[in-house]
Amino acid sequence: MSITDELATYLGSANTRAQLWAALAEHCYLALLPILLGVVLAVGAGWLGRTWPPVRGTLAVAANLVYTIPSLALFVVIPGVIGTTILDSVNVVIALSLYTAALLVRPMLDALDAVPQAVTASATAMGYRPARRFFGVELPLAVPVLAAGVRVAAVSNISLVSVGALIGVGGLGRLFTDGFQREYYAPIVVGVVLTLLLALVVDLLLVLLRRVLTPWQRPASPNRPVAAGEAA
Amino acid sequence: MIAETLAWLGDPANWSGPGGVPARVLEHVGYVALALAIALVIAVPVGLLVGHTGKGAVLLVGAGNIVRALPTLGVVTLFFLLLAESTPAAVVGLVVLAVPPIMAGTYAGVQAVDPHVVDAASGVGMRGMQRLWQVEVPIALPMVLGGVRNAVLQLVATAAVAAYVGLGGLGRYLMDGLAILDYAEVVAGALFTAALAVVLDLLLAGLQRTVVPRGVRLAELATSKGAA
Repeated sequence: MSITDELATYLGSANTRAQLWAALAEHCYLALLPILLGVVLAVGAGWLGRTWPPVRGTLAVAANLVYTIPSLALFVVIPGVIGTTILDSVNVVIALSLYTAALLVRPMLDALDAVPQAVTASATAMGYRPARRFFGVELPLAVPVLAAGVRVAAVSNISLVSVGALIGVGGLGRLFTDGFQREYYAPIVVGVVLTLLLALVVDLLLVLLRRVLTPWQRPASPNRPVAAGEAA
Repeated sequence: MIAETLAWLGDPANWSGPGGVPARVLEHVGYVALALAIALVIAVPVGLLVGHTGKGAVLLVGAGNIVRALPTLGVVTLFFLLLAESTPAAVVGLVVLAVPPIMAGTYAGVQAVDPHVVDAASGVGMRGMQRLWQVEVPIALPMVLGGVRNAVLQLVATAAVAAYVGLGGLGRYLMDGLAILDYAEVVAGALFTAALAVVLDLLLAGLQRTVVPRGVRLAELATSKGAA
């Protein structure tokens, strides 16, 4: 049986299609919730780094260290540390949130540093207190750099979720273990294709979101090409 | 959990023979080194060529982005079904994942060389190949190694995942421990895998610092002093 016939048979089953949708939905949840949590963590780290500079070196080292830890190792150690069961999807969510934050801490700090002093001084002069200045002025100005990091993190999260299938929580990753156990190409091929498509769609949505969040960047040059440093 | 893991680590049976920690670490490093060597042979020439000529850059960057989205477990299981043998399948999968970061680093490194420097090299009479090897490559080397660092992290992580299709190395502790619900073994495997990744990354970071050409380091010192 050729691979196309195999795929047709596999996708022809209503049962399979229902499973695929469920896997896709789980995959989205497992990959995207950590983006949100990771951004919150990174913003917190940015705030900390701004208000208390001595902590910056530690933050950068910690971020590097977390990023270095292989995903499977982190997935299996987290339940031991926080006391969840190994099959809990929370483990994957926490691990991916940590990766996202680790990836974003450095660009976050750099982007906040790049906010022109005159801008923060003007905000202060207009009566902005530190917290409001941070969320109302500095953070929005850091969005373009942050967005580039978020795009990288989103794509890498979508790819990493699959590894969770090895501990029973994997969204589309379960198609790979399924295909491996049954020596069946179709689920693996479908799983790879769906993962790539999901990454593409999420990436496009993030580009749109960035445009919405940075209106001041649009009128000046409507067809502004993506700068080299931002290409993710 | 800590006591059990310490007990596992203290058991001499886990430190000797083909399933012992030293043997597993060597196996793991072996897969990483083999896949890295093959990936370097493929990725560095292509990266240099694209960076030097500027042709095919869009294709290279696009391919790199697609591979970043590739699920490693999918790649490994797919190659296993295609090749039916654990080790070759895993190594091919590892190479596929290691090529793009190295290629991107090499390309970006050559690309980032100051055009004035390249002009100056032509001005003093250097030909294409001389310019590439004596000017562009030395200046690009730290960024090339940056790509290699990313690739090595990816390789250490994926080699552990590949234990699922029967590859040896440290991933065995993770897979075998999960299969028999021996959590101590799983944690020990995770700790060694993480430690290996950190150590290899630190070694490469050190190397990255030492290969910066003297001229470039002096130039950076001069600019940072000028700015201060």
